[in-house]
Amino acid sequence: MAEPQRARPKPTPETQHFWDGTKAGELRLQRCDACAHVYFPPRPFCPSCASRKVSVFKASGKGFLYSYVINHRPAAPGFAPPYAIAVVELDEGPRMMSNIVDCPQTPEALELNMKLEVAFEALDDKITLPVFRPAKG
Amino acid sequence: MRRNQVAVVGAAETTELGVVPNASQLQLHADAALNAIADAGLKLSDIDGFATAVETPQQVCHYLGIKPTWVDGTSVGGCSFMLHVRHAAAAIEAGLCKTVLITHAESGKSMIGKLPRSIPADSLQGQFEAPYGVYGPPSMFPIPVLRFMKTYGITHEQLASVAVVQREWAAKNPRAMMKDPITVADVLNSRMIAYPFRLLQCCLVTDGGGALILTSADRARDFPRKPVYIMGTGESVETPMVSQMETFNSSRAFKVAGPLAFKEAGIAHKDVDHLMIYDAFAHLPLFGLGDLGFMPYEETGKFIADGNTRPGGKLPLNTNGGGLSYMHSGMYGMYALQESVRQMRGIAPAQVPNAKISVCHGVGGMFAASGTIVFTNER
Ligand SMILES: [Zn+2]
Repeated sequence: MAEPQRARPKPTPETQHFWDGTKAGELRLQRCDACAHVYFPPRPFCPSCASRKVSVFKASGKGFLYSYVINHRPAAPGFAPPYAIAVVELDEGPRMMSNIVDCPQTPEALELNMKLEVAFEALDDKITLPVFRPAKG
Repeated sequence: MRRNQVAVVGAAETTELGVVPNASQLQLHADAALNAIADAGLKLSDIDGFATAVETPQQVCHYLGIKPTWVDGTSVGGCSFMLHVRHAAAAIEAGLCKTVLITHAESGKSMIGKLPRSIPADSLQGQFEAPYGVYGPPSMFPIPVLRFMKTYGITHEQLASVAVVQREWAAKNPRAMMKDPITVADVLNSRMIAYPFRLLQCCLVTDGGGALILTSADRARDFPRKPVYIMGTGESVETPMVSQMETFNSSRAFKVAGPLAFKEAGIAHKDVDHLMIYDAFAHLPLFGLGDLGFMPYEETGKFIADGNTRPGGKLPLNTNGGGLSYMHSGMYGMYALQESVRQMRGIAPAQVPNAKISVCHGVGGMFAASGTIVFTNER
């Protein structure tokens, strides 16, 4: 029997650029050409001023640990508990949910405000997930 | 909306609460509805307005045999029923209907006839949250709490005390699921569910339901029960994605809905005799006390740990035992409303003496939505 797999995202026309980006090793965000607001998740207009003139850009991939839980039970398919479900605040402003890799999944190791940097985890030949690890240096 | 123009004239829970393996979810709706109709001394044919959540109005109306002229299927999670009360009051005032029935029921434990909840892989949640291992409310709802604790200096012991105090209230309620006393140490030694929360800081999972009947305050005088007036109401939504909340230091939906209800009621915090804050998890009463403006966020944990919300305390909170100890079928808002109505009628098992104003504050989803109702028993 196949191992249960973690939930696979399915891109829509509005989010395809994001998933094309992660596959190419880039974390892509959007910025409003009218008011400079940077936002996430993707959409083809600015949620701050409603302008449809928006641009996709490559984000720094840097941020910090805003909050998290360490999930023990029930565990999602494809996850071995305990595992942290984190929210990362990016240097550009938006926050995103993620996992923290290359780091013990403990309260002692997972300090709020710790600096993080993006890493990429290929789930299959279509989808690569952005995850975060403690920033080097 | 004008205050005290609409009243609750019928209120009841399902005949049984807890584990009810002999009824489907739809039948639990009907059981609660029939109990509320009997409580109000009405016939089914008197009902001309209907609201429910998760199940559709057409499903429940057909099952019950109701022919409504006004329906509301607002379904924003566990506080949907607060929104139904608000919408029903407006509809009655506008003359769209005269007598509204609001039902909730969920076969949360036995899962009989329960509608499946799934997250499509191409939804925003499916793309940007589900892949990171979120799996049901325990893995999502507590995500903001570590940030909230750090910002305001809230301790693990204070968050544990929420469960301890509510168990004290539950001990006074014969229908509460969990009545044995617990200590802060018991809470902090219970099984880890999603750090920082342990089993006793997470809501129960049960079967049950409840129903309310509302009509105009002028008609309410002719009903058998003491009318409970709708004094003020508020509602809002923020985001279905907990990761996308504006901040983890407060809930935007709470901060819109709560103050709206207070303003409409024309009351100050010192006027509140009884308070319900939907407690799916132990941090919610702290968010509620802060977001509704009862005190600075920094003081919320100490306020509860010091015993101010326990029986005999100055602000009786979650007097049925709450979602942590009374019951939680999945959408607890209806049970919070039922307890507010009991307190205003003066018939609650853990009655607050001479209570005249009750504030009932609900959450939907993981801080996704909110609804607040201010009740009074004086017109
Ligand atoms: Zn803009």
